[in-house]
Formats: sequence, C-alpha cells, structure tokens
Amino acid sequence: MTMLNTLVAVCSAYALFLFAVAFGAERAALRGQATWLRSPMVYTLSLSIYCTAWTFYGAVGSAVRTGFEYLTIYLGPSLVLMGWWWILRKLVRIGRSQRITSVADLISSRYGKSNLLAVGVTILAVVGTTPYIALQLQSVTLSFEVFGVGDIATGEEKGHTALWVAAGLALFTVIFGTRNLDANERHNGVVMAIAVEAVVKLAALLAVGIFVVWGLSGGISGALEKIDGSPLGQWQIDGGRWAGLMMLSAAAFLCLPRIFQVLVVENDNETHLRTASWAFPLYLGLMSLFVVPIAVVGLEMLPEGSNPDLFVLTVPLSQGHDGLAVLSFLGGFSSATSMVIVAAIALSTMVSNHVVMPLWLRFAGGGAKVSGDVRHVVLLARRLSIIGVVMLGYLYYRLSGGGAALASIGLVSFAGVAQVLPAMLGGIFWRGASRLGALTGLTLGFGCWGYTLFLPSFGAGVFLPESWVTGGPFGIFWLRPQALFGIEGMDPLLHAVFWSLVLNTGGFVLASLASFPAPLERLQGAQFVNVFEHSTGPRSWTGKVAQAEDLMVMAQRILGARDAQLLFEREAQRQGKHGMLPEPTPDFLETLERELAGSVGAATAHAMVGQIVGGMSVSVEDLMAVADETAQMMEYSARLEAQSQELARTAAQLREANTKLTRLSVQKDAFLSQISHELRTPMTSIRAFSEILRDSTGLSPAEQSKYASIIHDEAIRLTRLLDDLLDLSVLENGQVSLNLREGLLSDVLDRAVAAAAADEHGARLRIARDAVAEQVWLNTDLDRLSQVFINLVANTRKYCDAAMPELEIRVCASDRLTIDFVDNGSGISPEAQDVIFEKFSRVSDQKAGGAGLGLAICRQIMRRLGGDISYLPGQGGAAFRVVLPADIAVAAQ
Amino acid sequence: MSKRVMLIEDEPNIIEAISFILSREGLAVETHSDGTTANEKLRACRPDLLILDVMLPGKSGYDILRELREDTATAELPVLMLTARGQSRDREMAERAGVSAFMTKPFSNAEMLETVRALVAGGA
Amino acid sequence: MSEAGPPRRGVPPVFLERQSYRRRRVIDAARVLPLIGLMLWLIPLLWREDGAAAVRSSSAIVYLFGVWAFLVLGAVILSTRLAAQGRDGGEGEAGGGEAP
Repeated sequence: MTMLNTLVAVCSAYALFLFAVAFGAERAALRGQATWLRSPMVYTLSLSIYCTAWTFYGAVGSAVRTGFEYLTIYLGPSLVLMGWWWILRKLVRIGRSQRITSVADLISSRYGKSNLLAVGVTILAVVGTTPYIALQLQSVTLSFEVFGVGDIATGEEKGHTALWVAAGLALFTVIFGTRNLDANERHNGVVMAIAVEAVVKLAALLAVGIFVVWGLSGGISGALEKIDGSPLGQWQIDGGRWAGLMMLSAAAFLCLPRIFQVLVVENDNETHLRTASWAFPLYLGLMSLFVVPIAVVGLEMLPEGSNPDLFVLTVPLSQGHDGLAVLSFLGGFSSATSMVIVAAIALSTMVSNHVVMPLWLRFAGGGAKVSGDVRHVVLLARRLSIIGVVMLGYLYYRLSGGGAALASIGLVSFAGVAQVLPAMLGGIFWRGASRLGALTGLTLGFGCWGYTLFLPSFGAGVFLPESWVTGGPFGIFWLRPQALFGIEGMDPLLHAVFWSLVLNTGGFVLASLASFPAPLERLQGAQFVNVFEHSTGPRSWTGKVAQAEDLMVMAQRILGARDAQLLFEREAQRQGKHGMLPEPTPDFLETLERELAGSVGAATAHAMVGQIVGGMSVSVEDLMAVADETAQMMEYSARLEAQSQELARTAAQLREANTKLTRLSVQKDAFLSQISHELRTPMTSIRAFSEILRDSTGLSPAEQSKYASIIHDEAIRLTRLLDDLLDLSVLENGQVSLNLREGLLSDVLDRAVAAAAADEHGARLRIARDAVAEQVWLNTDLDRLSQVFINLVANTRKYCDAAMPELEIRVCASDRLTIDFVDNGSGISPEAQDVIFEKFSRVSDQKAGGAGLGLAICRQIMRRLGGDISYLPGQGGAAFRVVLPADIAVAAQ
Repeated sequence: MSKRVMLIEDEPNIIEAISFILSREGLAVETHSDGTTANEKLRACRPDLLILDVMLPGKSGYDILRELREDTATAELPVLMLTARGQSRDREMAERAGVSAFMTKPFSNAEMLETVRALVAGGA
Repeated sequence: MSEAGPPRRGVPPVFLERQSYRRRRVIDAARVLPLIGLMLWLIPLLWREDGAAAVRSSSAIVYLFGVWAFLVLGAVILSTRLAAQGRDGGEGEAGGGEAP
C-alpha cells in the first residue's frame, strides 16, 4: 500500500508539474517569449505522441510475441519523416496557407469545402480513435495494478483509476486545449507539456534499457549474446507483415488525427520540418533500441506467464529498483496522457467544427449575428467535445472490459485511419481528384475496413454472427469477412488493409475520373496541388523585414525595379529608417496597394498584398489559375486581358460621355438659338420704335402714344421671358424651395382665373366650374399651383379657336386629385401633343406673345409638387390634366 | 411710280415699324405674315424688293427664298433677309439660298433704310 | 509569380547558377534518401530464416539500427546543407526548388 501511495503522490506531483509547464508556457507565449517554446526540437518532441502507451509497453510485448515485427511501426514513420520533401513539406504548407484545422478539414477543404466529407472523416476518426483512447486508459490502469494495486483492486476500483485519469486528462485538455478559439493559433501550453512528456518517456525507456543491458546483461556484447541465446535468437519474420506494417504505419502516421494536429496544425515554422526529418527518426530509433533486450531479459528473469506487455515495469521491479520502476511508470503514464490530450484536441476540433457547429447554426435560427456570441458557442462546443471524446474512450474501456480485444486495437485503428490516405495524397498531388471520388473511396475503404477488420476484431459472434465469418453473409461464401473474394490464408490484418485500400483507391480514382468537379473544388484543387506557386515561402511569416522584402520583390516585378526602389526608399526615409526597407505599416501598405493597382487593377493588387502580408486567402490569381490547367500562362494572359478589357471599358465610357456631350451641345445650341430669337424679336420692335420716336419729326400725338405703348408692351414681354427662363432654370436645378400652406382648391382656382383674366384683352372666356367638387383642402405650395392654373387658363384664352370659347374645369378626388382643364376649341394635333411640354414649343404657330415656356414650367412645377401635368386626348377640345398626389389633398374640414 | 416693297414677317409690331420707316421713304409697302402662301402672293404682287423674315409660321424664309430663286419671274428679285437668330450659320444658309442682303435683328432704322435704298436702286 | 524574379543586387550570376544547381542536387538527395532507407529495411525479407544459416538476431539488430543510424546521419547532413543554402540562396525555396 505504501508503494501505491507513493505512486499516487508521484502521479499527482507529475500531473501538477505538467500543469505548471503548460501554464508557464502559455504565460511565456503571452509575454512574447515564445521563441524557445517554438524551437525545432520542441516540434520534434511533440511529434512523439506517435509513441503511445501501446508502443511504450506494447513494443516489448510485441517483440516477445512476434520478434522484430514491432520495429515496422517505427520504420514507417521514420521513412515518412526522412522523405519530408515529398509529402510533409507540401502538407504543412497547405495546412498553413489554407488554415487547416484537422484531417477532416483538410479533406473537406480540398474537395470543395464539403461538409459531408468532413463529417465522414470525423466519424472515421472518432471510430478509429476511441478504442485507442480506451487502450491508453487500460494501460495506465494495468500499470497501477503492477504496483500491487491489482491484488486488492476490484473491477470497480480499476474503473475508478481509469475514471480519475480520464477526468484529469479532460480537465487538462479543456484548460489548455481551448485557450484559443482559432485552431490555427498554437496551443503553446499543450505542445510544451507534450514535449516534456516526450523527454520523460524516452528517458524512462532508455533508463530501463541501459539498466537491462549494462546492469543485467553485462554490456553490449553480453546483451547481444543473450539475445542470440533467447527464443528470439533467430531472425524470423512474416515477410508480408514486415513490408505491409511498414507501409501501414507510414500511412497511419500521415492520417492519424493527433499526428496531423502536431505535425501540421501546431506547426509554427516550415523549417522545423527540416530538423524533425532527422531528429524524429533518431527519437524513434532510441525508443525502439532497447525493446528486444528488455524482452529477452524479461523472458529470462520473470516467471512463465508474466504479461510481456508490462516487462518495462516488471523487470526493474523484480530487481528491486523501485525508483527505476516509478520512472518507467511515469514514462508509460506520459505516453498515455499525451496521446489522449492531443487526440482529444484533434477530435474535438473536428467534432465541434464539422458536426456541432453546423447543427447549432442550423437550429439556432439562421445563425448568430453577434460575433462574440459565436465565439462563446464554439468554445463551449469544443470543450464539450473534448469531454465527450475522453468519456467515450472511458466508456469503451468499461464496456469492452479491458480485455485482450484491446491489445490488437492499435493496428486495427491504424488501418482505419489509413483509409484517409488515398483522398489525402490524391488531393494534394492530383488536380483531377474530385469530391465524388473521395466520397466513394472513403465509403468503400471505411466499409471494407469495418467489415473485414474492425467488427471481427471484437471476436466472432459479438457484432458479426459466427456463421458470417465461417460461411459468409447469407451464405455468400466469397464475402467472408476475413477471406474476401475467396482469398484465404492471408493474415487477417493484411487482408483487411489490402482489400480496404484497394477498394478505396480504386473507387477514388474511378469516381474521380468519371465525375466533373464543381468550380470551388477545382479552385481548391489548384491551390492544394500547386501550393508552392500559390503561397509565399516560409520567410513571409518569420518577421517584418522579410515581409517588407517580399513586398519589394513583388513591387519590383510589377512597377519595375527603379520605381519600386524609389517608392520603398522614400517610405523608409519618411519613417526615419535607413536603407531600403520600410516597416510595412498600414499606411505604407495602402500606398503600395494603390501603386500596384495602377498596374494590375485594384482587386489584384489587394489580393497580392494580402497574400504577402496577412495569411492566405483566395486571390484573384488563384481564381484565374483555376480557369485553365496551364495556370501560369493563363494567369499572364488573363491579366493582359483584364487590362485590355479595362481599356475597352474606359473607351466605351469616353464614347458614351462624348455622345452625351454632343447631344447636350446640340440641345444647348438649339436652346440658345431659341432664346436668342425670343429675346431679339421684342428688342427689334423696341429699338425700331424708339428710333422712330427719336428721329422722326411730325409724329401725331396718337402715333407717339401708340409707338410708346408698343415699346412698353414689348419691354414687358421681354421681362416676362426672362422671368420664365429664370423660373425654369431654378425649377430644373431643383433649387426651388416650396412654400407649403393649407388652402381650398376653389380659392386657388378663383385666384388663377382672376389673374388670367387681368391679362386679357380679347373675347370673353366662359369658364364652367364645379363649386362643390372644388371644396378640397390642399396642403402644398399654393402659389406654384396657382401659377400652373394661370398658365392653363391663359393658354385657353390665347389658343382656343372656338367662336364662343369655353373652358370647363373638372375636379375629381379619388385616390389622387385630378383637375382637368377642357376647352371647346379644335384641340392639339397628336404630333404636337408630344412636344407641347418641351421648352419653346408653342401650341400653335399663331402669334401668341409667349415664348413657349409656360407648359414646360408647369410640368416642372407639378413634378416638384409630387404630381404631374399631361395632355388629355379625346376630350373634343384641348384638355390638360393636372394630377396631385392624395397626401396633399387633406380631407374637407 | 414708287417702288414697291413686300414685307413677309409675322411679328405685328415689327411689321408696323418697318412699314412706317419705308413708307416715310416713299416706298409702297405690302405685308404678308404667312409663310405657306408667300410665294403665290409674290408672283401676284411682283414687288421691287422683298424683305423676308427667317422664322415664319408654316414655311421658313430659306425655303421661300430658294423657291423664288428657281422661279424665272422672281429669280433676280433683290431680297433682304432678317433674322433674330444671330449665328454665322444662319448667314451662310441665307447666302447659299441666294440672298441679296442679310440683317440681324435688332437693326438700326438708318441701316435698314440704307440697305433698302441700295437694293431698290440696284434692282431698278 | 514564382519565376522571373528580379536580379539580386551584388550577387554575380555565375555563383547563383552554381548555388541553385547544388541546391537542387541536395533536394534530389533528400528525395532519394527515404527510398534508400526503404530498400535497406526491406533487405531482411531476403534473409534465410531456417536452419543453421539463419541470420542471428544480434546481427539483425546491428544491421537494422546501423541502417537507422546511417539514415539519420544522412538526414542530418542533408538538412544542414539545405538550411545553409536556403539562407544563402534566398529565393528558390518557394518555386525554384520545385523544378527538377
């Protein structure tokens, strides 16, 4: 029991230590001291979550059971890392430029941001990872048992251990895994804690190994001899499994959600990959170096039937090295916890982004309008997802009873997540890969994996009826889950991996070939496959000077070297800096963008500057690139085309402006000519008669008076003309201010008729009115309205050619107020009706003393008042209709 | 026998003014204010000088002038044209139509008299 | 975007040529390294597994981890050379490196 207490104390202390490390790292990052947190070594160490408790404890067990086969699990990822230039470099670049948050996001984003695919991959990941989390909980529980807890612990207490561990892990992950909403912002605390755990587990395993080799076997040669003399002494491997597992582990390394999380999402700098390319294989090599010696010594020293999965703990314990055993225990504990933490973060990101959030947005009534609101929901969703994922693992552990079924789950899980591989690699290397292809491949692969490996892994009769396993489903013999298409005798794992990947890849390729991708898919395809042409190099993210340099490089290409350098130098001087490179301040970026816009257009310039300065987004070039397979060529020609289109557009605008001006100029000429005529005509009379009065002698008084009155009349005519012109100009320019008053329509008409009559010296005009209908209250500019009425009445007086001229004024108030002026003359010809409201058009060519502006003014006034005036055809004589909107006619009081 | 002048103009006050000026000079003035019937009136009247306004109801002064130039009886008739649109374009049009003299309104009475005198004397 | 960069000031083009040539060969080596590793690690498939001539486990361990050490060493060398040339060569990480 003391051992147990020590263990619990050590465990708690270690957990507290990890919390402190994570907390310290977060604080350091906040203070901007994140450089050492983000060193290539930390990145490499964080990759070590690949080595879970399954490998920490299980590798030795596996070595005991199958010899050197355990190595394949480490060889595959080592090759992947060493071949970083092939795949990882591209994956990391895509992840950064597209702000990828998870494997599911990568697949969904590549195939036209399809959420269906994202949900599919998420389900796959959850199904593949949950047993794996259960496995970690089991190993922690088992390791507790080794220290004597097992003897007294009932199943219930085992469950308690696992539950405590699960709860602690969930708490840690919630605290440090959901600090930042943006999954692309790094989880400094988590990464740091994982790096520490990586050191602990490596140190633990190395310590046990060194103890075994030098302490128990007498050095290297002794150990080698011991190995040769042991049951593992002869090289014996299944060739198929050796090659197959190497491939499988390599594939799984690329697809495992937790690996993707640290490899791509948490990647801070692409150059870190370069270091990891040798450091991580080295780490894996050290992790696996002492596995065989430990296994051999364990077999030799421990009693028959001891669990080889726990040799790492039991060998030092059996030798009385409790301290070493505790260290080893901490190593295993670290392996388990770091895996669960990162897996929970990775899965929760997927679940919350692709399942919870879409559902919430759908059911929360059309989405959130307040941004803060959404942030809160996202965080909550992610936290709940983390707890859900960890608890799912715990439940799985409890339900599966922690039996041997779990031991094989590691490789089963690998095979499951490896189903993402075809869609992933196809997506980043083949532009023809389509959404339908990915969907088909994933469905086939996932289905095949579930049928041939996952379900049978629970044992015959649990999920699959025993009859299916031996005789095929419904008696279809060639569909037996472990001998598809009648191929028997294959290793079940290899069989499943082979068929699932063959069907997966085949379906993926065929469906891709047969389908035509949507535009967004094609765009994303181009961005992913040609990511190195579409994104800037890693230097863009490293510092501001590099940014300015990138801007300079781009500006030189577009503006020409001399102009660009001048621009930058000027700005640098303005900022008071020496040299060529100014700080990329917002002001400068705006200036630069404007300069560039002059060459390539505003949208392109914005996209280009944005591409260099802040993150990645869909640029105009990207859009152009997708338009054709030969992206570069197309890009160039499209840019030229855009320029020539802009030129053509400008030319068209100029032409349009020109014709408009010409039209205006013609109109102005006609107008000026008209005005000239209208002004000169009365002036001619005035001048002629004033000269007559001045020069002629012997004029009779009657003649003198007559000529003087002609001069007077013509002068008045001139004045009226000028008044009208001014009036019209004011009305047309909209400068008139309305003088709104209330009044009776009948009063306005009375005044108008009287005013028109005052001008009159011709035949008496009889006017018929409707006194009752006229009792309408108006709220409008009564003077302007009366001006219109005066004009209409005066026109009738002037132009009505009936022997007994009569004017009828009809008032009709319905939804609007209409006032019709109808006379009994011969009316206006249809051709003339079109032009009477134009300036200088006279109703008849008979001399009438007006300049032809009256009706034009009337129309302007009525439009100002919100109504209209029009000619009313078919009334016998000339008829004008004045319309007032309903709202200025107030109800009779 | 006094020379006869025919005035085709639609502004009554201008007709009155020109008539007054010319009759004081001893010229016989006939007036007409409608463009459409101007040419018939001319053939019937056979004046020694025609004073023609450009903007007339029914028919423009240019058209009347062109028509009378095509008529042998009136081809040589001196024509003084009056216009209220003082643009050089109007003068050009009048010259092309075969005008003898061209005046822009408003004119001075003395100038008008002088021109009429010269035209009447030249045509006689 | 990636090609036709402006000439860098003060760097003789001859050396640029040579540098980018070297850089591409290093990249080639980085590409080949995992293939070599795969080949070497698949060699155990050819070993005899039965009888007295069977390969002993101690030799297998020495061989497998020897290859491992060799590959790690190779990766260290390539990565440092890539890093050094990435600094000197400047341009080329983004576009130039892609072309064979």
